[in-house]
Amino acid sequence: MTTKTALGLQLAALAVVIVGIALVPGYVQIFTVMQLTLFASMAVLALSLAFIWGFGGILSFGQTAFFGLGAYAYAVTAVNFQDSTPAIVMAVLVPSLFAAMLGYFTFYGRISDVYFGVITLTVTLILFNVANSTSGQEYHIGRAQLGGFNGMPAVPTFNMPFNPSAPLYPEQGWYVTAGALVAVYCMLRAILAGRFGRVVVAVKENEIRASLLGYDPRLIKLLAFTIGGGIAGLAGALYVNWGAFVSPNVFSLSLSAQIIIWVTVGGLGTLLGPVIGAVLIEYIISSIGSQQVVNANLVLGAVLLIFVLLLPKGLVPTLRHLALEVLHRFRKPAAPEAAPPAAAQPLGSK
Amino acid sequence: MTDAIPLIETENLTMRFGGVVANDDITFRLREMELRCLIGPNGAGKSTFFKSLTGQQIPTSGSIKFRGQSIAGKLPHQIARMGIGIKTQVPNVFNGLSVREHFWLAARRKSMPKELQRTVDEILELTRLTDAAESIVGTLSHGQRQWVEIGTVLAAKPELILLDEPAAGMTDEETYRTAQIIHDINRTRAIVVVEHDMEFIRQIAKTVTVFHRGRVLMEDSVDAVLADPRVRDIYLGKKVAA
Ligand SMILES: Nc1ncnc2c1ncn2[C@@H]1O[C@H](COP(=O)(O)OP(=O)(O)OP(=O)(O)O)[C@@H](O)[C@H]1O
Ligand SMILES: [Mg+2]
Repeated sequence: MTTKTALGLQLAALAVVIVGIALVPGYVQIFTVMQLTLFASMAVLALSLAFIWGFGGILSFGQTAFFGLGAYAYAVTAVNFQDSTPAIVMAVLVPSLFAAMLGYFTFYGRISDVYFGVITLTVTLILFNVANSTSGQEYHIGRAQLGGFNGMPAVPTFNMPFNPSAPLYPEQGWYVTAGALVAVYCMLRAILAGRFGRVVVAVKENEIRASLLGYDPRLIKLLAFTIGGGIAGLAGALYVNWGAFVSPNVFSLSLSAQIIIWVTVGGLGTLLGPVIGAVLIEYIISSIGSQQVVNANLVLGAVLLIFVLLLPKGLVPTLRHLALEVLHRFRKPAAPEAAPPAAAQPLGSK
Repeated sequence: MTDAIPLIETENLTMRFGGVVANDDITFRLREMELRCLIGPNGAGKSTFFKSLTGQQIPTSGSIKFRGQSIAGKLPHQIARMGIGIKTQVPNVFNGLSVREHFWLAARRKSMPKELQRTVDEILELTRLTDAAESIVGTLSHGQRQWVEIGTVLAAKPELILLDEPAAGMTDEETYRTAQIIHDINRTRAIVVVEHDMEFIRQIAKTVTVFHRGRVLMEDSVDAVLADPRVRDIYLGKKVAA
């Protein structure tokens, strides 16, 4: 009964979000639509780390490696084919394969968590440097000139599937990006509710116990990490579509650090939290960016400090706890009800 | 004849940690469906022995065979899949998961989807955790967590069950229940139990193996072992006198 109610509430919330996404372009200016599109692509990136770190216990300091690879894979394919359809596929495929390879060497090589962090960081740095040093004419993939630190300008944006002659308008780009966010969120929720997801969490909780029950922690982590890589790659494609442009900055360490901050602020161990964290912090940064009084990094640092000190569990878990507490007060005489695995709340706060 | 092949057999099993010889040339055999108690003072090498059997560490030398098949080079999850389950001495549970999820994760591998739910419910019943089924294990008392781990091992339906101090921290009533459960599951499974509680050993044991300083000191019926002066010696001051 209660789980049914929870599911019903969640579906209702999902419907509200979808209607909200559909209505946005009619109510706000095109500039805001573009900004929300950017936030949504960042939120997809946040989900990739939310999943592997919050549920898989894998802290990657270089989630931008996959984001950047996705961005470049999209750009190179889109330039060569002049069609975004195969480009989006490549944007998911290339980072997934790269994550699988990296995951294989690290998890099967029994590399400790600390070294894993160092390796992901280093790989990101290497990719950044590689992308940076491809400015010569000789660095091209097919027709796509990589452009070194200048990046690749005029990358074709999304078009109707298999129909390059019908590019999407910015409003449609918003639908696709926000739709991808909702789709990835729902996919991860489905994964976590299923068999595989429970094993992923079990491995995070206690690797030894999981292996003593016959689960191979290396394989489970590898699969989770690969899924995270693919999602980050998709975010990269969404990001390139937003700006029609890609540069080595997609591999930047400061973005990698920001993803960790989004997840921490929003709430590690939830999916909704990091989405809200990403949107909130990106909004704050873009608001600060347009004036010169305070430095954005300073504010970011302050926000992180406040959260770590005052709300160490992050936004969503804290609010959820409060909500449950209030609910409890109201129906004191009733039998205490088991908390649903995740509170039913809308996906984004737009 | 399958009876001729022991369920588990170690030959000249040795485990060294630097200068410490935790297991020294251990030859051990257990028949199918046998119930064996393993006793010995602190540091005798009992847990080390279990760790070698489950692949948590690689022995320095010697062989381990499960139903005649060597487990050398196998990882813990592969050995678990062969049918060895263990409750470790230091509790190993998933602190962030519910009791039901523990049993589900353990039972999933062997139970058909149809019987999975039933297995989980049975284990909840057996461990008297039905009311706590949805509780997060990290919030439970030490005794309850002990039951969660025992239940998790049972839910996986292994052919060989290793229990490292299952009654530690339990009340007398719970210890008695544990003994009952061990008798119960021993009807279909082989079990090796490590315990310090001699009362408990008396309740369950038929054959007892005594470890001392990494070696097998003796192996005999429970009465013979508890009456042996050497055993009394190494356990001097312990409950054995009672
Ligand atoms: N990983 C390790 N590194 C170094 N020494 C170890 C290690 N594991 C066990 N030992 C040593 O091996 C010896 C046997 O330890 P073990 O834990 O097997 O004893 P035990 O019989 O289980 O004792 P207890 O009854 O206290 O649980 C001890 O001297 C211990 O210090
Ligand atoms: Mg021990």
